[in-house]
Amino acid sequence: MKLLTTSEHQEADLQPTAVQLANDADPLNLPLTGVERIDLHFPKFTDGRAYSQAFLLRRRREFKGEIRATGDVLVDQLAQMQRSGFDVAVLRADQPLALAERVLASNPGFGVGRYQGDAVQVAPHFALTDAHGAG
Amino acid sequence: MYQYTDFDRAFVQARADQYRDQLNRWQAGQLPEDEFRPLRLQNGWYVQRYAPMLRVAVPYGELSSAQLRVLAKIARDYDQPQPELLRAAQAKQDLLGPVQSGERAISSKLSTGYGHFTTRQNVQYNWIPLDKSADVMDLLASVNMHGIQTSGNCIRNITSDELAGIAVDEIADPRPFGEILRQWSTLHPEFAFLPRKFKIAISGALEDRVATAWHDVGLYLIRNAEGELGFKVQVGGGMGRTPVIGSVIREFLPWHQVMNYIEAIVRVYNRYGRRDNIYKARIKILVKAEGQRYIDDVEAEYQQIMDHDGGPHTITQAELDRVTACFVPPALNCDHKSAQAKIANILRAAAEDDIEFGRWLKQNVRAHKNPDLRAVTLSFKRMGQAPGDATADQLAVAAELAEQFSAGEVRVTHDQNLLLPWVACDQLPELWRAARKAGFAKPNIRLLTDMIACPGGDFCSLANARSIPIAEAITERYQDMDELHDLGEIDLHISGCINSCGHHHSGHIGILGVDKDGLEWYQVSLGGADGSTLSGAAVPGKVVGPSFSASEVPEVIEAVLETYRQQREAGETFIATLRRVGMEPYKAAAKAARLPAAV
Repeated sequence: MKLLTTSEHQEADLQPTAVQLANDADPLNLPLTGVERIDLHFPKFTDGRAYSQAFLLRRRREFKGEIRATGDVLVDQLAQMQRSGFDVAVLRADQPLALAERVLASNPGFGVGRYQGDAVQVAPHFALTDAHGAG
Repeated sequence: MYQYTDFDRAFVQARADQYRDQLNRWQAGQLPEDEFRPLRLQNGWYVQRYAPMLRVAVPYGELSSAQLRVLAKIARDYDQPQPELLRAAQAKQDLLGPVQSGERAISSKLSTGYGHFTTRQNVQYNWIPLDKSADVMDLLASVNMHGIQTSGNCIRNITSDELAGIAVDEIADPRPFGEILRQWSTLHPEFAFLPRKFKIAISGALEDRVATAWHDVGLYLIRNAEGELGFKVQVGGGMGRTPVIGSVIREFLPWHQVMNYIEAIVRVYNRYGRRDNIYKARIKILVKAEGQRYIDDVEAEYQQIMDHDGGPHTITQAELDRVTACFVPPALNCDHKSAQAKIANILRAAAEDDIEFGRWLKQNVRAHKNPDLRAVTLSFKRMGQAPGDATADQLAVAAELAEQFSAGEVRVTHDQNLLLPWVACDQLPELWRAARKAGFAKPNIRLLTDMIACPGGDFCSLANARSIPIAEAITERYQDMDELHDLGEIDLHISGCINSCGHHHSGHIGILGVDKDGLEWYQVSLGGADGSTLSGAAVPGKVVGPSFSASEVPEVIEAVLETYRQQREAGETFIATLRRVGMEPYKAAAKAARLPAAV
């Protein structure tokens, strides 16, 4: 997952191929022709709607472009974002980049593995271990 | 029991390590309190009235004796506040004054060094300092335990039948599905910040012993006309301010689709559930507001998960077999040929010896799928201890009993007791003696004093009123076992506030703590049901009238019970009598029990 500081982030409306999708908008109806980047918004880090939006864009709409997390983006939620289909996150201004990288790498879902399938790896743990014949 | 794989173990340890790092950052001031709070909550760490509270997950209520011993160790070594904190807390509780029960004044007495069994089959501690919290998580991880998603706006620990896998009326064992769903819901990336908490319960038997209809998602294992196994799925049940019984959203869902289907239920909820008002954020409000449209949305989403996404969480037979293999009944030494006759003789002889043993056999011992075995409930409802509380020593003794009599396994029950699931019937007399010595043999299971109560205003920061002194006042009044057995099976449920952790809505008698001008008052309701055979279809109780003072509550309960005795027909239970005669005589009796001074 690519991490950006706020200064590296440029608003979607300044980019012709980027769109901003409101937190309560339906990603299933979003026109995707010519769109290369979709910004999803976390008004508060405890508002989890954008996770489902990202999942639906990535899996259901099969959107291959960039899905960018904006707003209240904190280091401890980056792993959830990545697994839900975000590939770029704009860290809130006070979030240290080095810490973000460390926390992201040490998330149980990455370091050890994860139980359920997600937007990145579709098959759940049990289906993978079934295939490999190991528990 | 489910056997942890290397992966499962590594996962829980990684979660404990992640929590330690977050705690360290919070202690160092690098993680603000508001941002740490949801992280600690999703590991089971609350901060309550006086101290942190830890809720340990006990998936579908199943515990090994090794796990019980670690829970005992945590109670002994960590559930210990600084003396000055305890003194200050006790002084503040003393200001609330005693609950006057007739001649006796019952005061709050804050106890330490114990664990508490919850209605959702978890275990809580009330005094562990946060700076020890990461050490406790490591200790829990050493026996494959954790507090993952025991709080927070996420999918909580999944509850099930205390008789899962052993019930005579079982259609299918719910535990393998409980475990598979536990794994699916654990750290689900999309569903960590739902509008509100989300509780799933699974029943696998003819009788609903899980209060299934009261859950956000209630699953009933059933067989269809073709004999295939699946689930009846209910959605949108819940207690709180707006008690709602779940609606059936699917009459039959094939067993292997349960994760794909719940994914649809939760995704639609995550997108459309209200986030503007905490009291309207549960899925029950969405289901009520949207009705058929919610159901249609879930079905459409499910079809997309199946058709477009390929149903990635379809449970394979191999996975069900792998998990089910963990729940093979233990091999037990029992003489199969002569068991029935031999056991009948033992029971008859012992029962005639001792009326208390007879009562214990009737109330605390239940039939088992294996006719050689019995399920035995250890009662944690007795004078001097809050309902569902167990000291470190009691937890350790329970572990010993589990090893000696129950293949090293216990279950935490929805009613806040422990159940031994694998007791050989020829060991009942020995178990009874050992349980009596430990103080666990009170023959009051399912009777009035086997009440549900939340920690209430002695510990909880949300509570409007205390639960524990009310529970003690009622328990004290009904110590006469003849009287208690004469009153028969009654569900008495006490909540210290409208959050309803003490399930007052589903009690035949419900008591709810309310705040009026900063004072503790209590609403009494009657006729609620959890959905069990005794109680009938799940329904919230009806309030009998304006709230009562704490000192009036024991009088009101006595008056209500006396009315039952006057109205009942031979062999009629409390709830059946209430349903037959209606609320009026009970309302009148409750009103008459008001104390003149309190008016």
